[in-house]
Amino acid sequence: MQSAVSIKDLKIAYGGHTVIEKMSIDIAPQEFLVLLGPSGCGKSTLLNAIAGLQDITAGEIWISGKNVTWEEPKDRGIGMVFQSYALYPRMSVRKNLSFGLRVAGLPKAEIETRVARTAALLHLDKLLDRRPAELSGGQRQRVAIGRALVREVDVFLFDEPLSNLDAKLRNELRVEIKKLHHGLGNTMIYVTHDQVEALTLADRIAIMRDGVIQQLGSPAEIYHRPANLFVAGFIGAPAMNFVEGRIERASGSPVFVSNGLAVDLSGHSFRALTPEGPATLGFRPEHLVLDGVASGLPVIAGRVSVVEPMGADAVVWFDWAGQSLSLRIMGDVTLQPGDDMAPGLDIAKASLFGSDGSRL
Amino acid sequence: MARPHPNGPKPAQITAGRIGLYAFLFVAALFFLLPLYTMIVTSLKTMDEIRLGHIFALPEAPDFSAWVTAWSGACMGTVCVGIRIGFWNSVAITVPSVALSVFIGAVNGYALSLWRPRGASVLFGLLMAGGLIPYQIFLYPMVRAMANISLYNSLAGIILVHVIFGLPLVTLLFRNYFVSVPEELCKAARVDGAGFWRIFFEIMLPMAVPMIVVVSMLQFTGIWNDFLLGLVFAGRDNLPMTVQLNNIVNTTMGERTYNVNMAATILTAIVPLAVYFLSGRWFVRGITAGAVKG
Amino acid sequence: MHTKRKRNLSVTLALLPTWFAAVVVYIGTMFWSIRMSFTDSTLFPSSNYVGFAQYVKLFHSAKWLASLQNVLIFGVLYVSGCLVLGFLLAAALDRKIRFESAFRSIFLYPYAMSFVVTGLVWQWMLNPTLGIQASVRSLGWETFVLDWVVNRNMAIYALVLAGVWQGAGLVMVIALAGMRGIEAEQWKAARIDGIPVWRIYVSIILPQLGPALAAAGMLLAMGVIKTYDIVVAMTNGGPGNSTEVPAKFIMDNLFGRQNLGLATAGATMLVLGVVLAVAPFRYAMYLRSNRAKGAA
Repeated sequence: MQSAVSIKDLKIAYGGHTVIEKMSIDIAPQEFLVLLGPSGCGKSTLLNAIAGLQDITAGEIWISGKNVTWEEPKDRGIGMVFQSYALYPRMSVRKNLSFGLRVAGLPKAEIETRVARTAALLHLDKLLDRRPAELSGGQRQRVAIGRALVREVDVFLFDEPLSNLDAKLRNELRVEIKKLHHGLGNTMIYVTHDQVEALTLADRIAIMRDGVIQQLGSPAEIYHRPANLFVAGFIGAPAMNFVEGRIERASGSPVFVSNGLAVDLSGHSFRALTPEGPATLGFRPEHLVLDGVASGLPVIAGRVSVVEPMGADAVVWFDWAGQSLSLRIMGDVTLQPGDDMAPGLDIAKASLFGSDGSRL
Repeated sequence: MARPHPNGPKPAQITAGRIGLYAFLFVAALFFLLPLYTMIVTSLKTMDEIRLGHIFALPEAPDFSAWVTAWSGACMGTVCVGIRIGFWNSVAITVPSVALSVFIGAVNGYALSLWRPRGASVLFGLLMAGGLIPYQIFLYPMVRAMANISLYNSLAGIILVHVIFGLPLVTLLFRNYFVSVPEELCKAARVDGAGFWRIFFEIMLPMAVPMIVVVSMLQFTGIWNDFLLGLVFAGRDNLPMTVQLNNIVNTTMGERTYNVNMAATILTAIVPLAVYFLSGRWFVRGITAGAVKG
Repeated sequence: MHTKRKRNLSVTLALLPTWFAAVVVYIGTMFWSIRMSFTDSTLFPSSNYVGFAQYVKLFHSAKWLASLQNVLIFGVLYVSGCLVLGFLLAAALDRKIRFESAFRSIFLYPYAMSFVVTGLVWQWMLNPTLGIQASVRSLGWETFVLDWVVNRNMAIYALVLAGVWQGAGLVMVIALAGMRGIEAEQWKAARIDGIPVWRIYVSIILPQLGPALAAAGMLLAMGVIKTYDIVVAMTNGGPGNSTEVPAKFIMDNLFGRQNLGLATAGATMLVLGVVLAVAPFRYAMYLRSNRAKGAA
């Protein structure tokens, strides 16, 4: 099947500094792709390049089967939503929505129908004659989304659209964007540094660092089978626990050894042949079971240092071999700081990384 | 009961420091107002009254004849047509100069900060350096160049000179303004298909109205108050009011008519003063923006 | 590539007039003038190069030397006078004063007036036969002397007085804006520490206003080098050479005495003066911005 957006060997450099190095990525029609990464990883630069707002150094960009590498933004068949909303301050909501259509010289009647349709879809009907300054943050961002929608294009680009909103509005609009995607079925490329947004919205997530995609996969893949230490540490809150040690093959089955801990790895599904040597064991707080002895799992015993109740669940921090590890339990906790505990590790869910940081 | 039981709001106290503060402010205000007061009372006196040497005394009977003379009969050398010629010359010079320089400055600021073309920082650096350099180094070659294109001693010539020498400050102010405009606004408009000029006229210019007012005010007072450029480039038929005023006051033969001189001085100052008092905070914003960021 | 070129074309066209002004007018005329200063041009430009002869002549001219000395005295007193008076006025207005905006308007209005007007008003007030001197004498103080504009030892101070009257308001506005920008919490902290108000202004506020005051001082100093109108209006350089200034010397030689070579030599020295005045300031700003970048 033809890709909606296709990036081929893209390179972006300015001022002697390479932002994106030889990147290729294919985005399927109707896919919701999230570009996720820390600030400065090149995700916004990539989005701007797709939009045609950023000059590229090498490579090609294809949208809907057309090579648009040299096209102006308006000719690429895209709509874009910005973090600061970027609404035209001296124009009413109606004018903001119709500006692009007016520039394109569409017939008046057509403009009116499209604006009305979009306004209805986003519940902006009553706000059409207001100025941006007279709108709340959430309303402004809905207008900004509307401005992309009226263009009736195949691909929508979102550049951290929810970052300027408070937590409650952010959740509401996130749901609204997801509904919109289901209803319209457009291709959406969405840049964010918020992993919750990424995990909840995306069909696929591309995790970027220093201009390189670290992993491209479904939210479940990224969360459960991170491709390397960076991805493992970037996704999840609290962060994944890491224990450094060695993989040894004492008597047939591989064993992870560290500070008196010995974990049988026969239940772990390795990517390739089991290697030996230094390795890092990574496990999420919920991969630990409170009572390790009773469940028959390898035990990582320690002493409770802090308990953080969060309502539905709680995170318990405990000290083991001079480092602080976390464990998530559902419901209420009775543990107090200073208590001894012996949680068990579900090795089937854990991850192992080699000395180069990539998944074993 | 030496001291009442502290309860409720603390009673206000008048301290020595407070009195000193107000005394300082009143003395300062007196110093700043005295010249204005002197100008006004002198212009309303007759020469006989002025000869008494009571410069601060109020006029016995306000006499406006000096104002009439200043406006329509004061002499520069042998020509006695009053300062009104200069007034209209100044209007004819200032209005188009302000409009043109503000427009070009706005385009510059917008292009330099939001489009950043090749060489933008070089151009900006050149402009800023040009704004610092004393006019004296430009004057003579400018005169010759203007003469070569037949603009020397003409209205169009002096307007052109004002526009050129106004560019550094105006560009600086607009650049600083447009730098604070989110770049995304420009990007959004480009996605909507608008080009350089369309974005400028439909989005940026309506947005920048407050800045346009501030800069226009600043340019207006600056050009109205100019003496040097008007003296050199305007030519005899277009001399601005400041130059005419100086000619009236400092080249009189015989006894100086101080009442007429002061009336002419007030007339010259009145336009920028009106701009200042009517615009209030805008003017203040203009000079602080120009100063702090220069 | 076609559309991209078109987009850049609009920007280039829009900036073309400014490029022209910058390159041809600013740079071109400046180099023309500097070149003239090495010729023996008088009424008309000549291309007979005489090396530094005009500069030698310039620095043997009593008038030029007097004008340099005058502008130095005037500049130091005028800039420091404006800074001190402006800062004091701002500090006073900052003390939650009644009629603050009225006071502010009074202190600033002279700045809206031209140097010509300023010069003429003060010339009149300081007129020894009919001005302040006569007025005070008629009150009974027969020996009172205020003859600055006609006294060659004092005329330069008359210019300073008029200049400070005109320019102090600018410093006040800038300083006041700076004071209003200082966080209220610093005031609260200082009050809890029991620091006297004057001490807060000297030790806490003044250092924070440093950059703003430096910029204001810079602006005034630029004005000093260009000083021309106020001198022409108030004293026309006299009595004698006591208020001659370089800008006026150049103008007289350019258009009055038809001494092009000497005038352009003087103008070149003026530009050199600006460079010398600005360079340390710019260098300090450059260092500061680099340090800020390093810290970030």
